[in-house]
Amino acid sequence: MDVDAERDETASARRRQVWSALSGVMDPELDESVTELNFVTRADVDAEGRVHVDFRLPTYWCAANFSYLMADDMRRAVGALDWVKGVVVVLGEHMYADKINDGLAKGLSFQDTFGEEADGDVEELRQTFLVKAFQRRQAALLNYLFGKGHPPEALATTTIGELEALELDDEGAKLARRYIDRRGVVGPLRADAQAFITAEGAKLAGEALAAYVAGLRRVGVNAEFNSALCRGLLAVRFDLETPLKSRSKAAGEPAAP
Amino acid sequence: MYRTKSGEEIFVIDGHTHFWDGSPANQKNVHGKQFIECFYAYHSNLSPPSEKWTLEKFSKYDAKTMHDDLFVHGYDDMAILQPTYLTDFYKNGFNTTERNSALKKSHPDRFILNGAFDPRDGTKGLEHLHEISEKHKIKGVKLYTAEWKGDSKGYKLTDKESYKFLEAAQKLGVKNIHVHKGPTIIPLNRDAFDVADIDDVATSFQDLNFIVEHCGLPRLDDFCWIATQETNVYAGIAVALPFIHTRPGYFSHVMSELLFWIGPDKILYGSDYGIWTPKWLIDKFMAFEITAEDSKETGSVLTLENKKKILGLNAARLYGIDIEAQKKKIKAGGGYAHLAEAVHAPE
Repeated sequence: MDVDAERDETASARRRQVWSALSGVMDPELDESVTELNFVTRADVDAEGRVHVDFRLPTYWCAANFSYLMADDMRRAVGALDWVKGVVVVLGEHMYADKINDGLAKGLSFQDTFGEEADGDVEELRQTFLVKAFQRRQAALLNYLFGKGHPPEALATTTIGELEALELDDEGAKLARRYIDRRGVVGPLRADAQAFITAEGAKLAGEALAAYVAGLRRVGVNAEFNSALCRGLLAVRFDLETPLKSRSKAAGEPAAP
Repeated sequence: MYRTKSGEEIFVIDGHTHFWDGSPANQKNVHGKQFIECFYAYHSNLSPPSEKWTLEKFSKYDAKTMHDDLFVHGYDDMAILQPTYLTDFYKNGFNTTERNSALKKSHPDRFILNGAFDPRDGTKGLEHLHEISEKHKIKGVKLYTAEWKGDSKGYKLTDKESYKFLEAAQKLGVKNIHVHKGPTIIPLNRDAFDVADIDDVATSFQDLNFIVEHCGLPRLDDFCWIATQETNVYAGIAVALPFIHTRPGYFSHVMSELLFWIGPDKILYGSDYGIWTPKWLIDKFMAFEITAEDSKETGSVLTLENKKKILGLNAARLYGIDIEAQKKKIKAGGGYAHLAEAVHAPE
């Protein structure tokens, strides 16, 4: 293999790693990956191992704190790759684009980026939505397992280790994996710890489990609304047939159909 | 007026309509442009293809178009005009009480004119509230707690200044406080996730009604919790309703939860015109049933009785509309001339 070919191969392997790292970053409200949501428009790697990521959001007004969180998570996820020498994440076409991009470039916190305007704690917000994601994933997995005939009494005492060892089809395995990924948010992730606990870390009893899952439904309803709306707005705002070109940037084109 | 197959007449009060000017000529800055484009994305995304407008028409429509869309092509009998000032984005404001008052003046039996206030306007704002109350005899206001004002990116109803305005509203008989708590446009974070301030003021101001527009979506769980505790909190379903077309399963969820938690007497229909138009919304709503799965979960059913309450009876109660008397007035003015043979359907 000559030097050029080797370099190309390294570059494309690195790009794949970057996209894979980005795919693990979730929109906190939707609990869906920023790559699946079509938010990321570009992820380039240069010869020195510096990465440039561009992303956009469904509206010009999307909440600044969520926008900042996603950008920051992307920066961390890509920065964790061992060959990465630097990461630039740039938010486009957003009312706070300049502020957020500037804050990210200087490594400022959300609070420092927005100063007095930011009256909420962004870490607290991050935690709130991690808990919501935990609840949603838990409800989805439990509903799936109920449907497959697993009795609630048995699930109530199942440990994390036993859950990992359950024989499941692809869908079930994915739900279990996603759930275990967030299980650590509410309590220590030990193999012998109970797999299904409440957001407050309390144990669940078998007979109460079905009612508990029904109670989690509204969390899912909220997320479903956001998800449907965000996808739709993004599709209208940007022509997703040709995903990398926004309408407002295309020269001479009207702002909308 | 919507007439069922059996000839029953359903009186419709549209709880949420706008007469705005978002046209380029009125835009003050890029935010004004982005604001109307974002509204347009809502319109475009959730309307059936046959109901989509051009951005040009959407940005500014005339009074006749609005009148006909609501009352001739659509089933509205009356409509509440909810202002949205946005004077930081639009030279003459986006949709002010003054602009709306022209419509009220030319169609007094059709429109209910609401005002607005902003606690951050201080004494001047209080004077304005007194003035519009005196001049237009308003019975309701629309509040937009996430609206920008200078350096402020929003306020809470629990702020000291807000209390002064709510006290004044109570004294003036401005009983219906419509608060935008829904998908936020322009949030930083002050208002973005919170319906909790409603809880506090609903307890403190028992003589006022708090209509939470867009039922707090996407924070439906928080909203239902609050609304259940307070007898004077209502849900406006504008923005939730158009999902009846794109995501009927989702709309079913929302309605079943609302009926379960707050009941059929506390839910108000709204088209959010010009984002959506009443004709298709009500056609679909009248044909709609909550899914068996959701009904099983919550026991909620959208009966004809419930639909009648949501479409008009609840708003009539809040605004003191005598439906039979109002129908006579509208009829005398020729407002039902187009209805001669109409039967709109199911039931």
